[in-house]
Amino acid sequence: MPKKQGDENKIIAEELAKSQREISVSQFFERNRHLLGFDSPIKALATAVKEMVDNSLDACEEMNILPEIIVQIKEAGEGRYVVSVEDNGPGIVKEQIPRVFAKLLYGSKFHRFKQGRGQQGIGVSASVLYGQLTTGKASKITSRISPKKPTHYYELHIDITKNEPEILLDKEIEWTNKDHGTKVEIEMEGKYQKGRLSVDEYVKQTAISNPHLNITYINPLKEKLHFKRVTDQLPKETKEIKPHPYGIELGVLIRMMKNTDSRNLRSFLSNEFSRVSSGVSDEILTKAGVSPEMKPKDITHQDADKIFKAIQQVKIMSPPTDCLSPIGEELLIKGLKKEVEAEFYTGVSRSPAVYRGTPFQVEVAIAYGGKNMPQDELVRVIRFANKVPLIYQQSACAITKSILGTDWKNYGLQQSKGALPTGSAVLVVHIASVWVPFTSESKEAIASYPDITKEMKLALQECGRKLNAYIRKNVRAKEAKERVSLFEKYIPEVADALADLTGEKKPELIAKLQKILKKGLPALMAEANGETDGKAKE
Amino acid sequence: MAKQKNETSEKLKELGDKIVKDINKEKNPEIILPVRALSNVEYDRKTQTLKLGDKTATRSFFNVAHAKKFLQTVEIAKVSKDLLKEEKHASLRDVYYMVKRTLPDTKVNLVDEQTESDDIIEDLELITRLSREQLNMTANKMGSVVGRVTIEDRGDTIHWDKLGSGGYSIPSTVEEIKFKKVDAKYVLYMEKAAVWERLNEDRYWEKNNCLIVSSQGQTTRGIRRLLQRLHLEHKLPIYVLCDNDPYGYWIFFVIKHGSINLAAQAEKLAIPGAKYLGITCDDVLKYDLKKHFIQLKETDISRLKQISEYEWVKDNKEWQKQFKMMKDFGAKVEIQSLSSKGISFISERYLVDKIKNKEFLE
Repeated sequence: MPKKQGDENKIIAEELAKSQREISVSQFFERNRHLLGFDSPIKALATAVKEMVDNSLDACEEMNILPEIIVQIKEAGEGRYVVSVEDNGPGIVKEQIPRVFAKLLYGSKFHRFKQGRGQQGIGVSASVLYGQLTTGKASKITSRISPKKPTHYYELHIDITKNEPEILLDKEIEWTNKDHGTKVEIEMEGKYQKGRLSVDEYVKQTAISNPHLNITYINPLKEKLHFKRVTDQLPKETKEIKPHPYGIELGVLIRMMKNTDSRNLRSFLSNEFSRVSSGVSDEILTKAGVSPEMKPKDITHQDADKIFKAIQQVKIMSPPTDCLSPIGEELLIKGLKKEVEAEFYTGVSRSPAVYRGTPFQVEVAIAYGGKNMPQDELVRVIRFANKVPLIYQQSACAITKSILGTDWKNYGLQQSKGALPTGSAVLVVHIASVWVPFTSESKEAIASYPDITKEMKLALQECGRKLNAYIRKNVRAKEAKERVSLFEKYIPEVADALADLTGEKKPELIAKLQKILKKGLPALMAEANGETDGKAKE
Repeated sequence: MAKQKNETSEKLKELGDKIVKDINKEKNPEIILPVRALSNVEYDRKTQTLKLGDKTATRSFFNVAHAKKFLQTVEIAKVSKDLLKEEKHASLRDVYYMVKRTLPDTKVNLVDEQTESDDIIEDLELITRLSREQLNMTANKMGSVVGRVTIEDRGDTIHWDKLGSGGYSIPSTVEEIKFKKVDAKYVLYMEKAAVWERLNEDRYWEKNNCLIVSSQGQTTRGIRRLLQRLHLEHKLPIYVLCDNDPYGYWIFFVIKHGSINLAAQAEKLAIPGAKYLGITCDDVLKYDLKKHFIQLKETDISRLKQISEYEWVKDNKEWQKQFKMMKDFGAKVEIQSLSSKGISFISERYLVDKIKNKEFLE
């Protein structure tokens, strides 16, 4: 019997093999659009705008251009919208336009170890793909790199089976008043709505985390919103660094060895990784028992594993952290101030730290109080990763977990067990890193590495202490004021009784008492504040 | 009565005028009042009474800690003035309701508890040097008296020996009572109304030619003043009968020497000649009351210690002996435990013997 069954299995496998064939990345994402953030019509609009704006901002910063971005969403029939994003970035050279927009995983970013908004080179072409799948329409790209060069206009599809661009139209056009820049228009299925998870919210938050950005946003209701920059200072340029050995996985290590130009293992390790001198390189290889003179391409899986294990045992300096570009305490507060009305703002920018060989930096800002802030609701959390707002999957995110793990009762807010704090506050948390560990490709939530949550908590606590100092001072002043205002309420009562006892006129007594109160107010305030020795003589 | 009313009105106006004077000078208006605390009470060995010292406190309006009390003080002064004008008397509870209200535009109540208004009334007594009865504010009637005495009260002639089972109910103020005939050899005051009922049923006062007076618990001012008047005006000895416990001793000492709260009025209330009849610790042994012991609580023990350190008993060997015995017993005994020897044992044997043998503590 077992033998027979084995035969049958073999036959089934053979049958299956006939239908098994390679699928392209495009085909894969056609089936798994949720992995890229296109799982619902509402989310699709936000994701598309996000991917396009991310690209524009990265491109502008790289070329030291103060970004001017126009985002527009127009209704194009039942459940269909045209999303367009126009920037004043450096533009894209003609030859690259089709591949940048109509080939998945094409891009300059995936191969670099550098802080940037996009990471994998999937985003914008995934939007193009989504538009094509839901409407059949081509995406329209306009780009110009210099006033001396022509403006190129493309209409593109993606050949899904090959993951290659399919050019429907390629022509030169006039682009008035634009020296350089790129405009992308994608028609797609979608649903527009307002609220916390809307495009409106995404744009607003982008304005907070990018205080140097001018962005104009026209939503489907034709409401035109301008978010003005509050600084002309561009973010510090980010530097590309080599990966640190502690952060590398075995599979990546093997791939790097296959692709390297280095002739031997010693130079491979010291050339391709940060903080690996030839001395450290020798130490690793000695510990692994692999000859430093071997060619990286000839390394067996077994030896690679030995090297991988040896790396973890050797003490290697932390990676350089000057590659990071935080928003900065001052600018983060400025950005928050212009979009969130409050009576008190504070912020903290931590020093860089390292998780798994990857440098990162946490920043926190808090806006507190004011008339327009709801009092008894959970605080609002605004999350940023490399200056990009994270709108979805709040509860799965390391930021949220860090906030939950902080005891806000110590910092002047109320908090039920296991819940976000309650109070009139907005919490902003930003993590900058050359590689932000997201929980999925749609980049919606940050993975909870202990080193990261620890830094976040420290930043939240530091900011919380500042908040607490303000609340305590403020509450005390308010209470003192209330107590003094009691005198005003008591005056008519006292005057009434005195008038009855003495026959004096009540209005005159009131006027005189009020005069004394006014004269003595500063001293009374101080007394009510407990600043002087307000001990009663009684 | 009219003269009294004028004097009170004058004193209240004086209080108001002083405050208005401060206001006119643009000063923080203040009320000066004697400190009503142990630290400002002295025992006067000569008169054997507690006396108020001369420490004063200032209650100013524009002071967060004082403002409310200041307002309460003038408000209750006003209530007193209104009562005088209308010739009405209000009970302490009435006064509480007359001033209890929420101030406009605030969540603040002028008074929250009756103890607050009671407290201010006592302040007002000190400020004006008048009793609350003179302010037309009265405490509840809580005492009864029976005996061969005839008095005149608000124009009525009353015979204290012809009032059946209830006896004469002692009013809050006894100043206006006129004694027309007093036929008694002594006054017996007891802490417990139940014991008074027993003695009245047994016609003890008739058989022994005395007056019997009781209250329910603490002795009211009306009772104390009545006892004092009988003692001073008619030279009647005052005998006090209490439970043999620290609280009973304390009741006796208040009658004899005055209390901290009413130190200012001690001369109108204290009876230095009052004598403690029982129950004593010696009685416990003599009448075999040990089987009726009630264990002393922690509060009893600390109160006993406190009492034993009072100025007037510090050097009194008799009293110190009682304190030590009670401490050694670790227990107290109620007056009613005498009933175990027969329901009328107290009236027929105990009191008769004690008074005959002059077994008192002073």
